[in-house]
Amino acid sequence: MMNKLKHFFKKFLLWEILVGLKLTGRYMFKRKVTILFPEEKTPLSPRFRGLHALRRYPNGEERCIACKLCEAVCPALAITIDAEPREDGSRRTTRYEIDLFKCIFCGFCEESCPVDSIVETHLSHYHFENRGENIMTKPVLLAIGDKYESEIAKARETDAPFR
Amino acid sequence: MIEVEIDGKKFQVEPGKMIIEVADQIDSGIGEIPRFCYHKKLSIAANCRMCLVDVEKSGKPLPACATPVTDGMIVRTRSQKAREAQKAVMEFLLINHPLDCPICDQGGECELQDVAMGYGQDISRYNEGKRSVKDKNLGSLVATEMTRCIHCTRCVRFGDEIAGMQELGTIGRGESTEIGTCVERSLVSELSGNIIDLCPVGALTSKPFRFSARAWEMEQAPSIAPHDCVGSNLNLHTLRQKVMRVVPRENESINETWLSDRDRFSYEALSSDERLLQPMIKENDEWLVTDWPTALTLVAEKLGKIAQEQGANKIGALLSPSSTIEEIYLSQKMLRKLGSNNIDHRLQQIDFSAQDSMPFYPGLPMSLEDIETQNTLFLVGSHINHEQPIAGYRVRKAALLGCSVFVLNPADYTFRFPVQDKCIVKPSAMPNVLAEVIKVLLEKGIEEPVAGLRELVNAVQPSEFAHTLAAALLTEGKKTIILGAIAQNHSHAGHIKQLADALAKMTHGHVAFLTAGANSAGAWIAGGIPHRGANKKNLTHPGMNTQQMLEARLSAYLLLNVEPGLDCANPLLANQAMSTAEFVVSISPYFCHKVASYSDVLLPSVPFSETAGTFVNAEGKWQSFKGAVQPQGEARPAWKIIRVLANLLELPEFDYQSCDEVYGELMQKVAENKADSHFSLSIPSYLPQTIVGIERLTEWPIYRADSLVRRAPSLQETVINDSPVARMSLDLANRLQLSADCHVIVKQGEGEAILPVELSDTIPDNTVYIPAGFGLTAELAAPFGAISIERSDS
Repeated sequence: MMNKLKHFFKKFLLWEILVGLKLTGRYMFKRKVTILFPEEKTPLSPRFRGLHALRRYPNGEERCIACKLCEAVCPALAITIDAEPREDGSRRTTRYEIDLFKCIFCGFCEESCPVDSIVETHLSHYHFENRGENIMTKPVLLAIGDKYESEIAKARETDAPFR
Repeated sequence: MIEVEIDGKKFQVEPGKMIIEVADQIDSGIGEIPRFCYHKKLSIAANCRMCLVDVEKSGKPLPACATPVTDGMIVRTRSQKAREAQKAVMEFLLINHPLDCPICDQGGECELQDVAMGYGQDISRYNEGKRSVKDKNLGSLVATEMTRCIHCTRCVRFGDEIAGMQELGTIGRGESTEIGTCVERSLVSELSGNIIDLCPVGALTSKPFRFSARAWEMEQAPSIAPHDCVGSNLNLHTLRQKVMRVVPRENESINETWLSDRDRFSYEALSSDERLLQPMIKENDEWLVTDWPTALTLVAEKLGKIAQEQGANKIGALLSPSSTIEEIYLSQKMLRKLGSNNIDHRLQQIDFSAQDSMPFYPGLPMSLEDIETQNTLFLVGSHINHEQPIAGYRVRKAALLGCSVFVLNPADYTFRFPVQDKCIVKPSAMPNVLAEVIKVLLEKGIEEPVAGLRELVNAVQPSEFAHTLAAALLTEGKKTIILGAIAQNHSHAGHIKQLADALAKMTHGHVAFLTAGANSAGAWIAGGIPHRGANKKNLTHPGMNTQQMLEARLSAYLLLNVEPGLDCANPLLANQAMSTAEFVVSISPYFCHKVASYSDVLLPSVPFSETAGTFVNAEGKWQSFKGAVQPQGEARPAWKIIRVLANLLELPEFDYQSCDEVYGELMQKVAENKADSHFSLSIPSYLPQTIVGIERLTEWPIYRADSLVRRAPSLQETVINDSPVARMSLDLANRLQLSADCHVIVKQGEGEAILPVELSDTIPDNTVYIPAGFGLTAELAAPFGAISIERSDS
């Protein structure tokens, strides 16, 4: 009897709606988390693993020494390296390619690199327009490194104390 | 047998062995004792101290490599005491070792790296400056990074004990110890590449391979060395369908753990720019790339037409002695089914007079290991260290065990073993020296094995060498006469062979042949000779041998991996014969401009790394191998090319699906037929006259021997690789008023070449050494015989 009465009043006073609107009302006054992408962006961790880059030393010398550890550690077999002695006798790559279709962005290459040459940058927005552009060649990777060196360096510096 | 206990387990072992040897022989149950300086093939140095183990009743840990086992000995390789000692040694070794593993070629296969993983510490307690050592330039094969050296002295001991020439040594003491050559110079040993394998760290690495690949990314495929009749076992390391390097595969009965430089570094030629990758046909003197059906149909049509119109005996085939036995078998089968017996692989030879009395195949009448047990060895016309480096090493082992080695050569070659006595004469006098020895033996009362021998040698005057050698040959024990390349290529090779046979018969010894190419024995077995098929019997109507084929100016030549100008004994004649021939087909992995100039069709075949096949070595061991990588481009294995060609020629019984079928058929034939093993001993009817004037001496230099090595740039840059020169004694040069900086015009029959003069005291008087296998010397005729020399003014 009491239950029937309760139900009758709830139905006519739209109680359920009020309960729902209470949640809406609460969120209306809460701090907003939605951002307006692409005008706004979420903050990125310094450990973010985006597009790859090859870095250089400040004197312009490429860091990569063709040790092939990244190639060996890559679980997706995305990295292909050919190496030979450069004219000055140093060990250098003649080919350094990353197939982004294969890459799973695990970051092992960066972890394995003894000279901090191959890194994964914060860049996550890129696209390919033609077949074959998914293969990142050595000049492309070096160019990315050159362009974003300040950000790359800053991210490594921020992360350094935690390593 | 005595009982020792290692790591709590008891073993019965032979006395006198070292702990580390015993531990290595035991299969399981105990861990490997770490070591750097110890190597089972080298003497014990005990200078790295890494193998320290805990031996009960000994106060200090003892080096396992230098402590012989005794009865009841209790050894602990992993007790606290042993571990502490090993870790301490490791820490000392790492003090001066650079931390450059990422750029070190040894990285991933480094013994120091491996042992450091087990015994090293995470951090170094050493804060002082590290030692650095200046690099040495050891030539084009071995790269150095001497800072990495840990002074194990394996390379030093290798040179001293195995290679037979001390090229490297230690200089200085303590921390300033350095390994080097003292005076800067290149390595000249033909086995020098082995120090790359021996070096436990990255101090000595391979120069041609430098930085090109990592040990972990390459695949390993077993194969057989394609250059000499030893048939060394090797492993090809491949990466992405390319052979990156060659390392020895252990085979105690053939190459032990060693490999000659020629076998090790010739892989460079496998990916040479000169590889022929598409079938080509010549139209109006221009080379057109075509497809297989077109090219093969053309060849079949032409050969068929020539066989029909001019007779099949107008067709001849020259085969490389390094072709696989399957290739040779199919070539001879095709040619003989066509009706021609003109097939030969003996490209470097000119005298075939003794071919009928040759054994089933020329080789060693014993195993390679048995060379070491000989009591007397007599090398005739052999530069064994350059011709078959591993056989040379076996002779060295024999000599060190007390075998007396005698040498009869037309040049005073430097051998890597002590020589009891040597006789250096002009090439044309070589048969006479053998006759002298026979005469001494006859004088000593040895019966003549064949009637007429006494008369034959009656006129010669035995030299002192003949007396010494005869005395040595008459002593008890095993003796072998080894006929080398010069004896086989000699203009009187038949005489030398027959006299050697007689000599062996009189002294109860053996005659051994060390032949050119990887598969000469296989070529004899498979019928790659004009006078025998694959059934071991001499034919009643033998075909033409190499020399006859070239002289007869045949209408069509089939070349199987042959570059006539560089491979044939008489390059002048060979080039002329090819140029005048109506139709020349070259089946070769390489494009050679000279060959292309007279060929009509070029069919790309593959080198040994890309095909399955079998080589038969000097001891008669059949060693099969599989291709390690896919054939490059449109090139195909030669056995397939010949099979399809035979199909197109509509010859019966050519339906092989695999190389194994060819092998099986040949094996069956060999098993079915019995060889004519008992040839009656024959003697030559006369002794050749010694040439009075200047005569030529020829050798195929170690790195000009076949099409593969000729295209290996690093080998070509070595010091021991010859250059086209006219090498003569100072006396002769003085008489001709020549000096080391001038050029001479060498005339031989129609041939003429201008060569630089080189003076050497190793060449006998009135003899001029001119190497074969060079474009410059390909203008000359036969490898031996009279030549004239005059100063070139240009």
